[in-house]
Amino acid sequence: MRELRFEQVSVRFGSRRRGTVAVDAVDLVVPAGAVVGLVGESGSGKSTLARAAVGLAPLSGGRILLDGRPVRDVSREAGRPPLQMVFQDPYSALDPRMSIGDSIAEAIPRHPAPASAQRRAEVGRLLELVGLPADRAGVRPDELSGGQRQRVALARALAGRPEVIVADEITSALDVSIQGAVLNVVRDLQRQMRLTMLFISHNLAVVRYVSDIVAVMYSGRIVEYGPVADVLGDPQHPYTRELLAAVPRAGVAVPEAPEPVADAAPPDPHQPPAGCRFHPRCPVGPLVLPERDVCRTADPAGAGHRNLAACHFAAPAAVAAVG
Amino acid sequence: MAGGSSRRWGRAVRSPLGVTAAVLLLAVLLLAVFAPMGWQARADAVHPADILQGPSGDHPAGTDLLGRDIFARVLVAARLSVELALAATGLGVLVGLLLGTAPLLLGRRAGRWAGALVNVAVAFPSLLLALFFAVVFGVGAKGAVLAIGLATAPAFARLTQTMAATVAGRDFIAAARIAGVGRVRILLRHVLPNIAEPLVVAATMAAGSALLAFAGLSFLGLGVQAPGYDWGRLLGEGLAQIYIHPAGALAPAVAVVLAAMAFNLAGEVVARAIGLRSAESGTPAGPVTAPPPRAAAATEPAAPLLAVENLRVTFPSLGAQISPVREVSLRLRPGEAVGIVGESGSGKSLTALAIAQLVAAPGRVDADRLEFLGADLRGGGAAAHRRLLGTSLAMVFQDPMTSLNPTHRVGHQLAEVVRRHQGADRRSAWARAVDRLHAVRIPAAARRARQLPHEFSGGMRQRAMIGMGLMASPALIIADEPTTALDVTVQREVLRLLENIRTADSVGLLFISHDVTVVAQVCERVLVMYAGRIVEDLPSGALLQDARHPYTRALVAAVPGMETDRDRPLAVIPGRPPDPARLPSGCAFAPRCPLATEVCREQDPPLAAYDGDRRVACHHADLAPVAVAPYRTTAGRDES
Ligand SMILES: Nc1ncnc2c1ncn2[C@@H]1O[C@H](COP(=O)(O)OP(=O)(O)OP(=O)(O)O)[C@@H](O)[C@H]1O
Ligand code: SF4
Ligand code: SF4
Ligand SMILES: [Mg+2]
Repeated sequence: MRELRFEQVSVRFGSRRRGTVAVDAVDLVVPAGAVVGLVGESGSGKSTLARAAVGLAPLSGGRILLDGRPVRDVSREAGRPPLQMVFQDPYSALDPRMSIGDSIAEAIPRHPAPASAQRRAEVGRLLELVGLPADRAGVRPDELSGGQRQRVALARALAGRPEVIVADEITSALDVSIQGAVLNVVRDLQRQMRLTMLFISHNLAVVRYVSDIVAVMYSGRIVEYGPVADVLGDPQHPYTRELLAAVPRAGVAVPEAPEPVADAAPPDPHQPPAGCRFHPRCPVGPLVLPERDVCRTADPAGAGHRNLAACHFAAPAAVAAVG
Repeated sequence: MAGGSSRRWGRAVRSPLGVTAAVLLLAVLLLAVFAPMGWQARADAVHPADILQGPSGDHPAGTDLLGRDIFARVLVAARLSVELALAATGLGVLVGLLLGTAPLLLGRRAGRWAGALVNVAVAFPSLLLALFFAVVFGVGAKGAVLAIGLATAPAFARLTQTMAATVAGRDFIAAARIAGVGRVRILLRHVLPNIAEPLVVAATMAAGSALLAFAGLSFLGLGVQAPGYDWGRLLGEGLAQIYIHPAGALAPAVAVVLAAMAFNLAGEVVARAIGLRSAESGTPAGPVTAPPPRAAAATEPAAPLLAVENLRVTFPSLGAQISPVREVSLRLRPGEAVGIVGESGSGKSLTALAIAQLVAAPGRVDADRLEFLGADLRGGGAAAHRRLLGTSLAMVFQDPMTSLNPTHRVGHQLAEVVRRHQGADRRSAWARAVDRLHAVRIPAAARRARQLPHEFSGGMRQRAMIGMGLMASPALIIADEPTTALDVTVQREVLRLLENIRTADSVGLLFISHDVTVVAQVCERVLVMYAGRIVEDLPSGALLQDARHPYTRALVAAVPGMETDRDRPLAVIPGRPPDPARLPSGCAFAPRCPLATEVCREQDPPLAAYDGDRRVACHHADLAPVAVAPYRTTAGRDES
């Protein structure tokens, strides 16, 4: 397993003048054998970052590296793609005309070409790995439940023997009773095989359960990054705190936001606000605390702050944590 | 699914249309193959004595200028006519497929050129194109095939392009690309099989049109040249003599029309069989039927806001009746918030639709009691009920985009509600709409009211939907998964809004969700549904720690929370919910239940009251708390 590293990655849709910068100069590291959970609201650019990693969205800037080398080079050398992706919608992820065994077999590397008996055995092994009986390889996707389809999609991703797996909201279309089973498979596989994984979800509890590291995305940028316990236990960016506060809790009344920012809309991706992109919504920003005028003009950087929080007023990084 | 499609095929082919098409097509094809063998000699025999005879016993359609039998010639011409039409169609399909799939094969830039070419070509009338090509390729059968083939291609390319683009946008194509599958292979293995059926339909119909087009070209003298002849040529020859005897023109004309019809009808039948066209159309909503009145219970408390007893929703399914909602009883006081939780397919939404009288036929809603604001809603359809529901009941759905009309301004859509139900004038309706948008805390409501739904963010759209519900003064809001598609931060805003409305105006709230945590946060009481029944009814404070039904406990345990132990596997519920068409006997949860015993498999447990107002449907409810532990909060954390 290898380390996946995004360096100043930008993705722009549309023209240079009127387009949307969905991902804006993102630096992100997914260490070898670790799961990085990526959270953030809808439209913050999570899926775009994931699609850029697997080559489905063209980069307009920056590089994506595997152990320090461009993904494309690694791919060419190995003769197979080093990254695999699992998608959100279990109903569109599998070809309805193909048996699930064929879908999985298609992803098995063709160099060197395995004998067909070998291929069949490998399909069976992968199905067992994700908790499905090997003899179901012949069924069509429409005979499977959503959760079972997601497991097939996971098996297909593993078939390519990838260095890294990108999972984009793989449980959000599933019922809770099925979600648990899929998350257990992800967790077990990750522990057995030491997979490197970028796990995207807007559900903080799910991310907390499967991830070692959490990255928080807001308006195309990573605004906080660190070990799960640090980011969720001691959040430094006000947006992370917002996300945590918004997690529904039984028996706790729905909390109110401070008046001046209560009705603020999410940022318009065509024209992100100047200064700190979160300032129109920040409950401790310039709209609530007028003396924090700097937030309107200066774009905060993560470096030097605890959890690399991109906020002018985040606590400084502890000296010990730097080394 | 496979069973369903073969059933559709059977139905389509056995329909009168299907039989007609099959017989016609078979006849045309048999004629094309065998006619020249049987009648060639007769068709070519020249009888100088019988020139231009009318129909007779010997010559059913008369004879031509050389005294040849026209009927035999028409039969023999079937081969050339059909051959040419098929060749032209084949050519058109091939060129169309190449052009249509070019964007997939060649990548973005070259694909755009192919697309532009197709767009220009589609804009030309195809007969004009055919004439143009006929001139370019020269007069004759070969030129005509090329001409008609190339004239068919653009429409076919357009169809292929559109459908291929739809399939190509789906995730399994992305997965194949990531797996390094080449473009040609993706096209052959994933795209073409998924668009093949509609293409076959289009090709069959195109063959019919090609047949007509050939007749046209040959008739004009641009197609088949003497001594060869197809129907078009025979038609031309016959028409020259039409005043002498009309049968000579009629015979080839009938042949062309019948053959073209055979192809078109066959295409239509295939289209129906694969579900491109629906044979049956929608029917209006069925009424709620009231079963014979039972003796009214004497101990009814003061009229509640909503009272439902023994609600059942039934659909006909393959000859049998299935009831995805059964024995549902619930009650809501003014200002009360009641939640319904359950897995997908458990009947949550259908219960809500039944209460709001929105179940469409052939669905049937039965109930012993269905009262809203004291009015009996059974018996259905009465204008008074519709007005009552229109003004006092607000529905909020999961996806506001599907309930808002994308082409109308949001403010107009809100205003429409009071204009329809209360006959308010335009200006005051608009003012009320702006006021309501303001009430649901949409910033700059006056400006926003003039925008279209897609200019709103997801959370704003959902708030606008709630605002629409508030245009009248509802006494009850039914919200079906209103925040499922939203982020936590937006979800919080919507929940807060519902909470504020409820407490400010004593509005009842029936809140449907699959998320036990959200329901426990928003509601006072929770109803848990499984396989169409309410299996537990309890105060929301008891949901997470003190539920008595094994299913409720399993459902709660399966949801990871912010305190879940990361080192233990998540609790799962083994198996799947039962199919409403095949409910097990006894308790529907028994196949998945850790506590199931013999009695569970034999008797469906009744929903029994205990502890005052709690209800549970389980034979072993007293055992559940011990047997199904709430894994959700780790013991360690609770104790330390
Ligand atoms: N193909 C595209 N063309 C134009 N804009 C796009 C395209 N795909 C995404 N965007 C825009 O890029 C931004 C980021 O979108 P993205 O899908 O990455 O968000 P996300 O964080 O994954 O959201 P969600 O949680 O809803 O999945 C959004 O503003 C979106 O509208
Ligand atoms: S920089 Fe200012 S506006 Fe931005 S998050 Fe920090 S406090 Fe809020
Ligand atoms: S009745 Fe029996 S099977 Fe049904 S939930 Fe109770 S214990 Fe389980
Ligand atoms: Mg996404």
